[in-house]
Amino acid sequence: MNDKVKIAETSPINFTNPRREMTAMFFQNYAAVAGLILLVAILLFVFVGPLFHTVDPFEMVWAPFTLPLQEGFILGTDYLGRDILSAMMAGGQVSLAIGLAAASVSLFIGVLVGSFAGYYGGVIEELLMRFTEFFQVLPTLLFSMVIVALFGASLLTVTLAIGVVSWTAVARVTRSEFLRIRELEYVAAARSGSAKDFYLIFKVILPNALPPIVVQANLMVGSAILFEAALSFLGLSDPNVMSWGQVIGSNRPYILDAGFAVAVPGFAIFLTVLAISLVGDGLNDALNPKLRQR
Amino acid sequence: MNFGKILVKRIGYGLILLVAVVVLNFTLITIAPGDVADSIAGDMGGADAEVLAEIRIRYGLDQPFLVQLWRYASSIAVLDLGHSYFYNEAVTSLIMQRLPATLLLVFSSQILAITLGMLIGVMAARKPNSFFNLVVTFLSLFGFAAPVFWTGILLIILFVSIFSVFPVGGMMSASLIDASWYEQWLNIAYHLVLPMVTLASIYFAIYSRLTRAAMQEVMGSDYIRTARAKGLSETRVFYKHALRNSLGPLVTVAGLQFSAVISGAVVVEAVFSWPGLGTLALQSILARDTPTIMGILFFSSLVVIIVNIFTDLVLRAIDPRIRID
Repeated sequence: MNDKVKIAETSPINFTNPRREMTAMFFQNYAAVAGLILLVAILLFVFVGPLFHTVDPFEMVWAPFTLPLQEGFILGTDYLGRDILSAMMAGGQVSLAIGLAAASVSLFIGVLVGSFAGYYGGVIEELLMRFTEFFQVLPTLLFSMVIVALFGASLLTVTLAIGVVSWTAVARVTRSEFLRIRELEYVAAARSGSAKDFYLIFKVILPNALPPIVVQANLMVGSAILFEAALSFLGLSDPNVMSWGQVIGSNRPYILDAGFAVAVPGFAIFLTVLAISLVGDGLNDALNPKLRQR
Repeated sequence: MNFGKILVKRIGYGLILLVAVVVLNFTLITIAPGDVADSIAGDMGGADAEVLAEIRIRYGLDQPFLVQLWRYASSIAVLDLGHSYFYNEAVTSLIMQRLPATLLLVFSSQILAITLGMLIGVMAARKPNSFFNLVVTFLSLFGFAAPVFWTGILLIILFVSIFSVFPVGGMMSASLIDASWYEQWLNIAYHLVLPMVTLASIYFAIYSRLTRAAMQEVMGSDYIRTARAKGLSETRVFYKHALRNSLGPLVTVAGLQFSAVISGAVVVEAVFSWPGLGTLALQSILARDTPTIMGILFFSSLVVIIVNIFTDLVLRAIDPRIRID
């Protein structure tokens, strides 16, 4: 942390264009760049990899529990003799897609609740923030387990179940930004130009409140991936769709014989979330230069 | 405001939250496809429309929504959470049987995470460029990014399959059912080690980072300079004056985290077949035993609310500045 401060103080950056300044700041942060490279590598592996490695992830190709690097299977085979490398690619697509979709759902709810609470204040704020607190009391995983159990395990219910329980942090961040920005002069100026509430919220204040929300959204993707992994590990995901967590869950009974079948997908999740959070830290430093001093 | 008044206010607010949980629970059950009659009929191996209608009347499912909600809420008010079709037992007694195991896991892992996290955080704050700072940075990356079940499984691979030091799961060896109490306790403690460390692994990071940040902030304040000027030893300044003031954020976060800790416990219990509420929740979900699932959701919200009230009181006790509002 100290190193970052030092870099920022001695850096010769003095651009007039804030976007260029931000980009430059991001690329000066080695950890963030490393995270970005890792993330791009993972995306390439997951989405471009299947073009080169065309083994069907659901097909039994060899004896179960073939060790990694044996018989031509780089990551070995699972309990049904399926190729784990293919499973990593196919599962990664689903894990990343659900992570993104669920984070978008929680971003949507959180921004809506937070911006109305922060903009209107008074009774509306009180009610909306009590509503947010209510969702903080429910143990998130249990609640989404209940939703999936009641409405059936499909990609849609899993995504919604994750999104519905994890928006509270976004709402809090959005609200506090709105509280700060709505007092600023340019908002007063827009208001005196008889702008409507809707216009003020979404066109004037929200674009200026975005930086911390973007950082939060980035972290949401990481935690949504973890969340999905936990649900599918518990066996509460669509059984016809392969995801990283599902690979772990289905190979779990055999950990004492074939630990690699579980360790590999877990490592994939770990790397992905790690890359996302490194990028998030870098974004945070680049987007909120004032906070850097801490 | 005095202590009693605040307590009453917090409890009143907690009750409102609980009512909201009950309403949400009931609404979810009602709008979900399939009802109690369907699942009972499913267990009986199918039933015709006449039998289904009879079951619905018997369980009051033919009544309007609000009447049903009122019945549901008033039975919960006397802590009757209904009857489990799957276990054929009252949900409340099922929960009470499993609760101690979960509480043991949750609290022991929190105590471990807070103590170790604080220790590492203080060391890191004391020597900013030391090894401990690296540890904090590493822990915070690992704690956020590693799926908790993966950590658990890696620990099992390491400590059960490679070095057979710990048992793979469960809470007590079956052979000890007639053993003396301290033998049983020792055995439980032995089974607890891996699940406890696994669950704590998520939180080391948060607590060590928080302690470091709070300590660094406190160390810059005037009263620390005064304490040093008085000639107090650096150790005393650090552990007596500074540490006490950095406890506030730690307690706040520990309280706020509590509902997340319960979520983590569900997964850890599944990894180590720990016979707690999480395992019960999972089993009843797989068995489509709705009353038990809803009972657990209600009960764990109740626990979170109680912990939140308690956190608030502790905060007021350690930090006199909060009492002013």
